[in-house]
Amino acid sequence: MPDAVADAPRKFTLQDYKTDVHVDWCPGCGDFGILSSIQQALLQLQIPPYKIAMISGIGCSGKTPHYIDTYGLHTLHGRALPVATGVKLANHELTVVAVGGDGDGYGIGAGYFLNTGRRNLDFTYIVFNNGVYGLTKGQASPTLRKGLKTKSMPEPSIQEGINPIAVALGAGYTWIGRGYALDVKTLVPLITQAIRHKGTAFLDVYQTCPVYNDIRTKEWYAGEDIGRPRLRRLDTEPDWDPVVKDPDDPDEIVGKKVRALQASYETGDRLAVGLFYAVELPTYDDQLAAKVPALKDHPLVDLPVFQRDVTPLFKELE
Amino acid sequence: MIGGPQGGGINSSAELYAKALLRGGLSVFANIELHSNIMGKHSYYRVTAAPVPIRSHVDPVHMLVALDEETLFGDAGERKHYPSHQGHVHRIAPGGGVVYDADLKIPAERFERTDIHLHPVPYMEVLEQALMGIGKGGQGRKYVVMRNIVALGASIGLIGYDEELVIEVIRESFKGRKAEAAEMNAAALTAAAAYARTHFPGRLERQLRPLPVEQRAKRLLIKGVQAVGIAKIKAGLGLQTYYPISPATDESVYLESKAPNFQMTVVQCEDEIASVNMAVGAAHMGVRAATSTAGPGFSLMPEGLGFASITEAPGPVVFLWQRGGPSTGLPTRSEQADLQFALHPGHGDFPHIVIASGDIDEAFADSFESFNWADRYQVPVVVLLDKFLASSLWTIPPIDMSKLVIDRGAFYQPTSPDTNGYRRHALTATGISPRALPGTPGGIFSTTSDEHDPQGHITEGVENRIAMMRKRMGKLDVIAREIPESFKYKLAGPKDADLTLISWGSTKGAILDALPALDGRKVNFLHMRLMKPFPAAEIGKILSAAKTTVLIEPNYTGQLGALIREQTGIQADHRVLKYDGRPFSRNEVVEGVEAVLAKNAKEWMVSHA
Repeated sequence: MPDAVADAPRKFTLQDYKTDVHVDWCPGCGDFGILSSIQQALLQLQIPPYKIAMISGIGCSGKTPHYIDTYGLHTLHGRALPVATGVKLANHELTVVAVGGDGDGYGIGAGYFLNTGRRNLDFTYIVFNNGVYGLTKGQASPTLRKGLKTKSMPEPSIQEGINPIAVALGAGYTWIGRGYALDVKTLVPLITQAIRHKGTAFLDVYQTCPVYNDIRTKEWYAGEDIGRPRLRRLDTEPDWDPVVKDPDDPDEIVGKKVRALQASYETGDRLAVGLFYAVELPTYDDQLAAKVPALKDHPLVDLPVFQRDVTPLFKELE
Repeated sequence: MIGGPQGGGINSSAELYAKALLRGGLSVFANIELHSNIMGKHSYYRVTAAPVPIRSHVDPVHMLVALDEETLFGDAGERKHYPSHQGHVHRIAPGGGVVYDADLKIPAERFERTDIHLHPVPYMEVLEQALMGIGKGGQGRKYVVMRNIVALGASIGLIGYDEELVIEVIRESFKGRKAEAAEMNAAALTAAAAYARTHFPGRLERQLRPLPVEQRAKRLLIKGVQAVGIAKIKAGLGLQTYYPISPATDESVYLESKAPNFQMTVVQCEDEIASVNMAVGAAHMGVRAATSTAGPGFSLMPEGLGFASITEAPGPVVFLWQRGGPSTGLPTRSEQADLQFALHPGHGDFPHIVIASGDIDEAFADSFESFNWADRYQVPVVVLLDKFLASSLWTIPPIDMSKLVIDRGAFYQPTSPDTNGYRRHALTATGISPRALPGTPGGIFSTTSDEHDPQGHITEGVENRIAMMRKRMGKLDVIAREIPESFKYKLAGPKDADLTLISWGSTKGAILDALPALDGRKVNFLHMRLMKPFPAAEIGKILSAAKTTVLIEPNYTGQLGALIREQTGIQADHRVLKYDGRPFSRNEVVEGVEAVLAKNAKEWMVSHA
């Protein structure tokens, strides 16, 4: 991301990142925690609101841009990532944050989830992962585990849920994390790190849907049934070291990916949250700028491209 | 015509030859027919030349150059049921000639033609001799691909064209590290021409000569994909997205090859849904954004176009290079059967512009102007093109670019960085709301694919819905008023004609070239270009006054006919249709029109291919 603080004429307050649009999520929805965390992260980073573009898919999470007072595109179901890619390609001076649900990102948008990881354009993708399609009344989403049945499903799911962290590792995301919507204190720093990361940062956020997901409830995450929290914070584990120090060392990369993969599986009633993996690699932006040097100093939208002299092109055809 | 297996070099030999004809002052039209296959299947390139302007092909062949036996007699031998073609010997005009490999040892009787000249040339022997002459004796096997130049050289010797012009073009094509290849090809061409002159002297009556040097005007030999690419570069294209698909890919690859020089970004996407949505995102940011595709890719784009339209994005411009449908259909063949789809790409009522280009000049103008319309009216634009336009080589005089103007439409200028309450979708008299460029202080907005209020926030209220539908759809009336008539249609020929031909797209060239052959009739030709918004009043007036109308379309259902009937209530008297996946030839137009009138039929199908 660009050095936002330097060109900020004044200090922005939390109010500057809020709109007066009525938030129509259900009472107790996990989305509130994510919304508030994004606003606090933007505040901490002091990025001018007019330098931010929030891009969303369709679903409850898709409404997020309306609640944050920045440029926003509330796009189509599953297409937030291609739109965000176009936005960033057009104006890389913008801080771009894409948001969407798990059905949006891992179901209908799965192809874009995969291929966005390959590009490593410099933006952030946050997934509100609640295991259900809330806005259509609670059908199983791609992350709902096999055999589970939420209250609106007639039968338990007979297909396995995906492991988004594992997919992200395979796709090539260069920053991979997971948070919990109701733990704003740890979610805010994860979002600031993700935005600061140079490259595509992917943050999956466990989120409760109090209306339709009656399995993964606030109480379930808290582990009230087993007497201890189900979430384990990776950053509190003494030997957890997810950041690749030498991006040219394939052994270190593979080793850290394997550890992240192991940590990403929900086994033994343990769900890991925190930073799983990070590496600094050349971004898509860098590589475009290598071909078109003007992009180093100016976004595409500012380049003098109109009425280009095409006579040499016609000359080739004589 | 030169035919042979895919990968056998027919493209390069035909294009070298076409360029050499252009350099000799002739007008050239060349088009290729190929299979969807990388190597081995039959393809052929037709090169038509004349001292007067031409923009279509004819079916009779005056010189057939065959790189293999299949080019002569087809593939009936290997495919008992539905052979895909019967070769081209039966298409040779009386008095015409054929060049083929003497090593095939084909008895003369097999041609079953006594009215054509046979020229068996031992391709490998001639190639060996040529290579020996430049110190590469005994290497014929290594350079076996150069049989294409031997075959071309022999035909040039026979028709008497200036081989120096071909060698000049060869040297330009193979420069630098490839200079050695240039000399080998030049030697092969010269040797083959000499062989043909020696062994078959003075047999062909029909000769082709360059014009005298002083009569050679400056012209270009250009493909549709190049014309569109150059127009987009001129118009200020910032981002081009695409997913590989025939016949659209060539345009994107052309742009990609020029991208560093012209400061553009070209992105190969994971699918066409990504292509269109990336372009929508970039358009909202203020970049001129386009995507190019064919029918199957366009089938994935409707939701993106609806999204662009409801959010009033300034674009993207979608270049739809039609091919034979439906589904995968005929990937490398010609058809104009996506008009109705381009008019209705998606659910709900939304405004967009559809324009169909008929030739190189129109493709250039439409490509350039589409970006102005996208910006000015904040709608997506579809430019309808096709495989025939994409890959054929057309001769044109230099394009006049002096009158091209960039129009970026209305921008919102905030009075101060802290301005609040900017309405991205403000209700205005024209329905067009000045747009803010994201990144601008004071211009902050959100917008959404949901129905929204003027500020871009979701609302399902009735009053707002009605106002927004009227605002968006009303832009079509503004567009219809403002787009100049020259972009809407063209009526060629006398106003008081007895016969009116109606068509659209790249069939234009064959029809214009066919008009003189429709003897004894007072005929005019209505060529439609702007399909949405449709100039219903103007077209209704023209067709009400027409005496007899014949619709000519390369599709099964007569899609333009349906549009005209929908918009004007007028149905064409007769229809000449073609849906064999090949473009109309000039003589097919004549034959179809004569037949449909003679039989007083509602409909007549032609297929010569």
